[in-house]
Amino acid sequence: MAEAKYETHEYDVVIIGAGGAGLRAAVEASALGAKTALVCKSLLGKAHTVMAEGGIAAAMGNVYPEDNWKVHFRDTMRGGKLLNNWRMAQLHAQEAPDRVLELEEWGALFDRTKDGLILQRDFGGHRYARLAHVGDRTGLEMIRTLQQHAVHKGIDVYMECNLQRLLTDGGRISGAFGYWRESGKFILFKCKAVVLATGGGGKAWKVTSNSWEYSGDGVTMAADAGADLMDMEFMQFHPTGMVWPPSVRGILVTEGVRGDGGTLKNTKGERFMFNYIPEFFRAETAETEKEADAWYEDKRNRRTPDLLPRDEVARAINSEVKAGRGTPHGGVFLDIASRRPADYIQRRLPSMYHQFKELADVDITKEPMEVGPTCHYSMGGVRVDADSTATTVPGLFAAGEVAAGLHGANRLGGNSLSDLLVFGRRAGLYAAEYAKSIKGALSVNNDQVDSYARDMLAPFEAKGSENPYKIHADLQDCMQNLVGIIRIESELKQALEILQQLKQRSKNVKVEGNRHFNTGWHLALDLHSLLTFAESATLAAIERKESRGGHTRDDFPNTDAKFAKVNIVVRKSADGMRLTQEPLPEMPEELKALLEENK
Amino acid sequence: MADQQVHMRVWRGDVTGGEFKDYRIDVGEGQVVLDVIHAIQAQQANDLAVRWNCKAGKCGSCSAEINGKPRLMCMTRMNTFQPGETITVSPMKTFPIIRDLVTDVSFNFRKAREVPAFKPKPKDADGKRRMYQEDIDRVQEFHKCIECFLCQNVCHVIRDHEDNKQSFAGPRLFVRLAALEMHPLDSNDRMELIKQKAGLGFCNITKCCTEVCPEHIHITDNAIIPLKERVVDRYYDPIAKLLGLYSKKTSE
Repeated sequence: MAEAKYETHEYDVVIIGAGGAGLRAAVEASALGAKTALVCKSLLGKAHTVMAEGGIAAAMGNVYPEDNWKVHFRDTMRGGKLLNNWRMAQLHAQEAPDRVLELEEWGALFDRTKDGLILQRDFGGHRYARLAHVGDRTGLEMIRTLQQHAVHKGIDVYMECNLQRLLTDGGRISGAFGYWRESGKFILFKCKAVVLATGGGGKAWKVTSNSWEYSGDGVTMAADAGADLMDMEFMQFHPTGMVWPPSVRGILVTEGVRGDGGTLKNTKGERFMFNYIPEFFRAETAETEKEADAWYEDKRNRRTPDLLPRDEVARAINSEVKAGRGTPHGGVFLDIASRRPADYIQRRLPSMYHQFKELADVDITKEPMEVGPTCHYSMGGVRVDADSTATTVPGLFAAGEVAAGLHGANRLGGNSLSDLLVFGRRAGLYAAEYAKSIKGALSVNNDQVDSYARDMLAPFEAKGSENPYKIHADLQDCMQNLVGIIRIESELKQALEILQQLKQRSKNVKVEGNRHFNTGWHLALDLHSLLTFAESATLAAIERKESRGGHTRDDFPNTDAKFAKVNIVVRKSADGMRLTQEPLPEMPEELKALLEENK
Repeated sequence: MADQQVHMRVWRGDVTGGEFKDYRIDVGEGQVVLDVIHAIQAQQANDLAVRWNCKAGKCGSCSAEINGKPRLMCMTRMNTFQPGETITVSPMKTFPIIRDLVTDVSFNFRKAREVPAFKPKPKDADGKRRMYQEDIDRVQEFHKCIECFLCQNVCHVIRDHEDNKQSFAGPRLFVRLAALEMHPLDSNDRMELIKQKAGLGFCNITKCCTEVCPEHIHITDNAIIPLKERVVDRYYDPIAKLLGLYSKKTSE
């Protein structure tokens, strides 16, 4: 019996990942009476959510009463180049304000308007100032509030516990299996439902804002269990990451810098974004510097092109650098120093001030920052039902970055934190309901568990001599150089070949030492998910022969009406990954009409 | 800039004991101590145990003692050391060792659980909540805490007296308690906890915690001393006692 061999726990709902989505799911599931476990790879409160800076998008209308869910819905869909799941975009826009207010009920302290309400800030692609925020450390406020609320709700938290495989019984979820990072010992959860809240896989790229945790675990566990993946070709490269010194390359610089008045400039001093306004956004974008600056004062003016959606800005920076108008370090300038007073900058952007001062010797109240694109967010992920977050495997739910659909081809800034709250809550709710509907004892397949345990111990007994860190570095080089911002078929195919070689090499990984907090072993085990994530992203990128949102093809530089109607779906089978093009769900007429309004 | 080689001494070991091990490693431009630890991990000691996440001073995972000083490894630039200087990196001393640079910080999570939750007052008549920026500025300072636990590590009440951990919550928790006490909407009463179980009285305001805070929170001046004043007002103010006027917000 597996239960006798491994430390075993039994729950109704096991939530994997304790960022915003996982915490919110846990609060909801436990409120509905489900026996709930929250399992996370790091200490509680250290998940990626803590790094989110700018804010939570929610049409509360505190700054612009004209704002409402319909405008937010429209902005989200247009930002995603209309490839979004319309129902998710609708639910998200409708429910985000309640989720923000709920955080306030739990103790969060957002910056305030003069009238004492929650202040909202400007961000790219949002028609009105819409992001509830706390300076530039909104993610910290959100995760801490949720964490402090959750610990009083009787949720069992398993910290530094890494779940790597899902267990199924007759095609439905029956548990999850992994290891304690501290002891290296295995742990088995028997449960009726699993919520994946594991984030993305951006650590497969070299220049990235993502931490070690972003190894694609959720996407991989889901795919291994037979769930559909979707939109994996859409990877967001955030336009503004630090570029210098080399050791900080990729660390995020919040879009709030531009929202609060900062502008992008090339080495000739030109505000180059005016040269990159796409037809799709021309009607709503300012054409001159004067017009753009007027928008900061009154949002009824047309918005500055500095705040076009992230995919547009990242491509523009890439083009400027390629054309020789970039800085010697390969970035462009982001200047707020010449545009806003020093005390304003320090108050609005304290953590950016601190970050540049301490890590780059740059005083952002006096000098421009050097910035360039950095791999940031995966729009794609596990395919889910819009209302319930259910995946295609019974008992498996997914919320937050690990899920696909809400953001379509490109995510707007601020829509991630709201996504976590809206769909985290829904995942907890529907997972708990599903768990209630399951009667009878759960059965765990002992052979399945034993074979997982053997796989996971293989790196200690391997005959090879591959270093896991070297394989990871080679993967990052491959994805950075061949599956980056601008893609082309020949390079994507070359990437696939390299990925096959890396898979072979990963079988010969040898780790030294024992199982006790062995970081080399942990990385060796993460290689499976990093490689699965990378392969599905590369295959989907080959399949979509057009350019749209976070997927730009040099060999197919335009959008293609044919691809406007389909999602690329990836499924894992015994003989590898298979791709299909599946039609988007049909949008109701009244929502279509919203997209046409206020163009 | 050409890479430079440095001499690092990193504590390696576990609960059964350990020692400093020497590593010579190349350092690139702009690198921080965490970069160098990662390089050692990738090239010379694959199993070197270390915690980290954001690498930008936002998550508070990579706390350690660098040349004896409690710091975040991700925010300590290598160019702050003298050329040729040997740099030692050891785990936080106050917490039990797990392995290498990783310590058991569960003490802090246990103490956090003992803090009664936020309990909001009723909403305004129109169903909204109003708070003014000037009233929340001081609480927002406390909310900057990234839970790196360096303040806990350096606090001599627990650093040198393991027994005190039973009856003392430490600076991190005092910041949390101050944030709740000064929150304009909170209605819970935690004074008994602050005075008794959290052991505020043990603190003799040496300000060691404030000195090491990477978020520059004025822990002693803005959190601990005002809490001490509230305890005095509540429990030792003869006039208030006489009139029975004491409520939690009296010192405001």
